[in-house]
Amino acid sequence: MSRSWAVISNYSIYSATAVFALSFIVHAIETAWAVKVPAAGKSSLDYTRNSRAARIATALMILGFLLLFVGVVARGISASRAPWGNMYEFSITGALAFSGAYLAALRKYDLRWLGLLVSVSVLLTLGTAITVLYVPSAPLVPALKSEWLVIHVSTAIISGGVFLLSNVIATAYLVLDRIESKGERNEWAKRLPSLEVLDQLSYRLVAFVFPLWTFSVVSGAIWAESAWGRYWGWDPKETWAFITWVAYAAYLHARVTIGWRGRRAAWLCLFAGSTFLFNYVYINIWGTGKHTYSGL
Amino acid sequence: MSNQVQIPELDGTSLARYFWHQLTSMRTALILLLLLGVAAIPGSLFPQRTQNPMQVSDYFKNSPQQAEWLDRFWLFDVYGSPWFSAVYILLFISLIGCVLPRTIEHFKNARALPPATPKNLSRMEHFQEWSANGSELEIASAWFKKNRFRVLESDGSISAEKGFARETGNLFFHLALILVLVGISFSSLFGMRGEAILNVGERFVNNVTSYDSLTYGKLYRDSNLPDFMLTADNFVAKYNVLTGAPEDYTLDVSLLRGGESQVEKKTMKVNSPLTIGDTRIYLQANGYSPVVTVVDSQLNVAFQGPVPFLPQDSQLGSIGAIKAPDAEPSVGFVGSFLPTYERDGANGGISVYPEALNPRLLLAAWVGDLGLDSGTPQSVYRIDTSKMQQVGLKALKPGESFAYPGGVITFEGYVQWVNISFVTDPGKKFALLGAIVAIIGLLASLFTRRRRIWIRVGEKVEVAGLAKNAAPGLEEEITGFIQRLKGDK
Repeated sequence: MSRSWAVISNYSIYSATAVFALSFIVHAIETAWAVKVPAAGKSSLDYTRNSRAARIATALMILGFLLLFVGVVARGISASRAPWGNMYEFSITGALAFSGAYLAALRKYDLRWLGLLVSVSVLLTLGTAITVLYVPSAPLVPALKSEWLVIHVSTAIISGGVFLLSNVIATAYLVLDRIESKGERNEWAKRLPSLEVLDQLSYRLVAFVFPLWTFSVVSGAIWAESAWGRYWGWDPKETWAFITWVAYAAYLHARVTIGWRGRRAAWLCLFAGSTFLFNYVYINIWGTGKHTYSGL
Repeated sequence: MSNQVQIPELDGTSLARYFWHQLTSMRTALILLLLLGVAAIPGSLFPQRTQNPMQVSDYFKNSPQQAEWLDRFWLFDVYGSPWFSAVYILLFISLIGCVLPRTIEHFKNARALPPATPKNLSRMEHFQEWSANGSELEIASAWFKKNRFRVLESDGSISAEKGFARETGNLFFHLALILVLVGISFSSLFGMRGEAILNVGERFVNNVTSYDSLTYGKLYRDSNLPDFMLTADNFVAKYNVLTGAPEDYTLDVSLLRGGESQVEKKTMKVNSPLTIGDTRIYLQANGYSPVVTVVDSQLNVAFQGPVPFLPQDSQLGSIGAIKAPDAEPSVGFVGSFLPTYERDGANGGISVYPEALNPRLLLAAWVGDLGLDSGTPQSVYRIDTSKMQQVGLKALKPGESFAYPGGVITFEGYVQWVNISFVTDPGKKFALLGAIVAIIGLLASLFTRRRRIWIRVGEKVEVAGLAKNAAPGLEEEITGFIQRLKGDK
């Protein structure tokens, strides 16, 4: 029974990867159409083709998200636990959270221009997960057997997905800012939101998810208290979670209290986000500490 | 414009005031906050004494000169180092200096009414005007009341304000962080943490000498150790048959509390420690202790009993040392215990499964001065063989003996050992309370928008608003308000 769920999970993840790859291609085509120069005698581009392509790309993204969702849930059922026991499982859930955050934000803001970046990030994450990080579905080591696994890891993954999205938007801000500082925006960049909107959006995502991240760190501390006998021990993962927390706290203060906007705020946002990524990639795989659950 | 910087006069009080202002300025706080993040990094790059004392001593062994320099900058004790403490203490002083005056001011403002309606509303945001029909003020008043605005009414106008929870939450958040720090300091002053390795079947009596390592806070007294006795009755480790990964550890213990006669049977697991008053007892690690008997050349039993060996890999291949300083001649054995032995071309013998399915004890016998009387502390898992001579090598199955030149060692069997942590952490409830209040405060401060709305009714109705920190959503709110005033909704 658990074997067949594991197989279902694997096939769903493979299919999701394929669908995200298709979505990536359609996004790429859409972007390519948008980047070209208007035909002679016309002042601007005809975007009807583009909007159709963008719709298809988004539909594929939703399909990929659903397949990924099935894959993650089936993985959990196959091991009869929350599917967050090793790095393969963190990655597929992270990709789910990231694409979910994008799709949720899409309901409110027209972010389809971001789809190319989002789909390529998801594709890379899933690709690495399948090829490098894969480990067979198995029960948890004793320290992970706790109800806090669900609470701590899910909030950490959701926070990570949203931090990443905010970083992608801050990057977009910096690229567009560079273009604008040289003069007018290119034809393709004109469709993208104004700098103010990007600036605000990147901030709002952080402000939205910072309390969740705080909660994730605190829930980790509560769990560590019952599993390891101390709620805080400067384990490398804890240290970097703390650094991420401090960096985002500095970012929020810089914006709200000192009034940083634009370029400086975007760089600070990228710095804070990169501490999270460093924690996820470096500490998980090469770190020592007690959080070595990558299964590699 | 002059470019000169105002330098305050250098008398004592104004200098102190100048530094106080600098320290409590937001810019300094921000720099300190970022500095705190940066200062935490080295602790994750170099091994730390509190987490990994073995790795630190290895560092000293492998590159002593570099280690000495690193040690000079406390890089093996980052989180207790003066410079790390300096950063966070300055940060917290700055925080207190910033938050306390604001708390007092906020407390005063909480009872004050919103400021009077500005004369010229058209200069404010989202200004609108239309001809009045007379009932707008009553409708507005009811609307403000329903939406829980604080209002100041004065001849023909209402000034309304909402979103006080933003600053309240913000202040609670920062005050709660101070509480977390207080909790942590409280623990480090009054807390205790000890470790002991216990062979299954052995009894632990809670007094200072029973611990393998014991650290406690400056204000902790030995007499604060709670009175109890703990016996490790049975330990079961379950492993995954395919990967050898551990799946479950269960330790059954008998607990006898001080002053009671009834023994309590308890079960400990990794995520469910035992609680005795303020002390919690955790099951941390486990391994094997080979049981050996050493009989020397005079036919005296020089050593008998279980010797805990230290696991080196996930299959519990372990190393250890058996020391019999009183034997004639004095002897030591450097050993490995392999719970499931298999021959390996490259390494000799390895363990392929963590359960003891085919146990083997590999021994190297050394005769000579063990160096135990020299006074320098030694690891119980290692032998200083510099003044010794190797006299033989042997692999033993349980029950087998090895006659080395100078005596006989018998591998009787093995027992499992568990490593148990005893922790008293009286500050953790404050830290937890602080963390909870901080999160609630954070939510309140990030999701509350502070804004004012004004209405003045004369011949015309004038409405305008102002959002602090450019918070979004005021326009929609005012649109809704105006619709209500006009009776559209």
